[in-house]
Amino acid sequence: MSAYRSQVRTELALSSRQGEQLLVSLGIPLLVLVFFSLVEVVPVPTERAVDYVAPATLALAVMSTAMVSLGIGTGFERQYGVLKRLGASPLGTRRWVAAKTTLVVLTEVAQIVVLSAVAFSLGWRPPIGGWPVAIVGLVLGTLAFAGIGLLLAGTLPGLVTLAVTNGLYLVLLLTGGMIVPIDELPGWLATIAKVLPAAAVVEVTTGSLIDGGSVGGWAWPTLIIWAAAAPLAAARWFRWD
Amino acid sequence: MPPPEPPTGDLVIEVEELVVRYGDLVAVDGASFGARAGQVTVLLGPNGAGKTSIVEHLEGYRASASGRARVLGLDPRRDHGALVHRVGIMLQEGGIQPAIRPREVLRQYAGFFPDPLDVDDLMERLGLAHRAGTMVRRLSGGERQRLSLAVALIGRPEVLLLDEPTAGVDLEGREQVRATLDGLRRDGVGVLVTTHDLDEAERIADHVVVIDRGRIAAEGSLAELTSDRSSTLRFRCHGSVDTDALTTALGAAVQRSDQHTYTVDTPADAERIARLTSWLADAGLVATEIRAGGSRLEDVYRDLVTTPDPGRIPGGAA
Repeated sequence: MSAYRSQVRTELALSSRQGEQLLVSLGIPLLVLVFFSLVEVVPVPTERAVDYVAPATLALAVMSTAMVSLGIGTGFERQYGVLKRLGASPLGTRRWVAAKTTLVVLTEVAQIVVLSAVAFSLGWRPPIGGWPVAIVGLVLGTLAFAGIGLLLAGTLPGLVTLAVTNGLYLVLLLTGGMIVPIDELPGWLATIAKVLPAAAVVEVTTGSLIDGGSVGGWAWPTLIIWAAAAPLAAARWFRWD
Repeated sequence: MPPPEPPTGDLVIEVEELVVRYGDLVAVDGASFGARAGQVTVLLGPNGAGKTSIVEHLEGYRASASGRARVLGLDPRRDHGALVHRVGIMLQEGGIQPAIRPREVLRQYAGFFPDPLDVDDLMERLGLAHRAGTMVRRLSGGERQRLSLAVALIGRPEVLLLDEPTAGVDLEGREQVRATLDGLRRDGVGVLVTTHDLDEAERIADHVVVIDRGRIAAEGSLAELTSDRSSTLRFRCHGSVDTDALTTALGAAVQRSDQHTYTVDTPADAERIARLTSWLADAGLVATEIRAGGSRLEDVYRDLVTTPDPGRIPGGAA
């Protein structure tokens, strides 16, 4: 068995045992999707709530997996000395990153399939032609969020990573248009939100997957800058021990 | 323990004038020593002496301020990619996920090497077979140490770097670790072990390097380190010994080594021992231990190592 496959198998086994990660990756996005689709407590720019909430939830799912699960999991691996130990094995950094990427991608594919199926059952019918753009946005969002998660995991102690990542998750959840569209936020807060990656991913997914929608011009530069800068910062400052 | 054979294997670890700093703190201050294939070399010293800093440099984790180190002839940092296939390491603590099982972590690491040891055989050898399916978080400290050793062994390394391998390990576990080291010695593996446990060092070492405050205080086989003290007579007594009176009675200088240990600078023959015990009895004192002839590593260590200072290096365990 190759080192990469061996590491992927271990990552999958460990991931399946961490119930709290499953809750963050799937439980919370599902809850948000179902609740805010059925109970219209916040104003959305579409006739039916699910048409906005479903694509926004896809962005939330990506943030949950790429930033929260990856960041917290890696932070504790660093605290336990697992990364240091792996660093002295033939696995190597590239295969370790590849294994983590595989885990994130597999989780996200499962999330998108489950969330889309549930949204479909709630009446969501996104335009097929919008998917390629949405997927590009989700990939860029994954890079941005993974970079942020790994930057925190590689520079802070495990418990601090846990606290900071969860805090950041909550802030981005509330200001990223995942529940409340950013147009409904106070002007100054919306301005700040537009330079953060969460709102940019949501803008891309909702803009491309809402029938007749369009992606705001501000979203792509924000997303591309975060997708490039966050992984580079993680690579620069990540500490293995 | 039979006297160790003279060194015959190739030098697999060479450390020359190595200096490791943490900011202004000098953790390793010009250390030089070597370790050979087919031998267990023990790096012995108190907490904060610089042992872990040296090992971490050899593992490629820690940069040196100056000096040079080679493992299997390669630079630990520049040639890290080549060495990871040939060197097994055991961290002082941790390194394994709490939510994984021993069999799983060994299979994981086995997958990193082209010709790994058999996972089940290795667990059997280290007394972990009955815990193969138990989560690491539920293992005892000693079982975790043995699992960490097993991970270090799985890739059939030519050199092993073991940082405090028997810390927290029970008697039975220690026997298994020692038996494993014996096997490695026979297989020609070069093993560098750090420890502050004198008894353990005496049991496993072919070659001892004593380090104190970042400097090598002594180096040699056990026989070499203790040979020039073979005529010393030592005893322990919890009462108050009048060393001047005893010096007069024995006709040899008596010195107090520590709170309860005394050294008599005299050949340790039967007559001197009889006079010592007789004098102690007359003084109403009881010797709790009398050691005649060859001294132990502990005696050498006491003479060489200054008072431990765990706060000297951040973390106190370097």
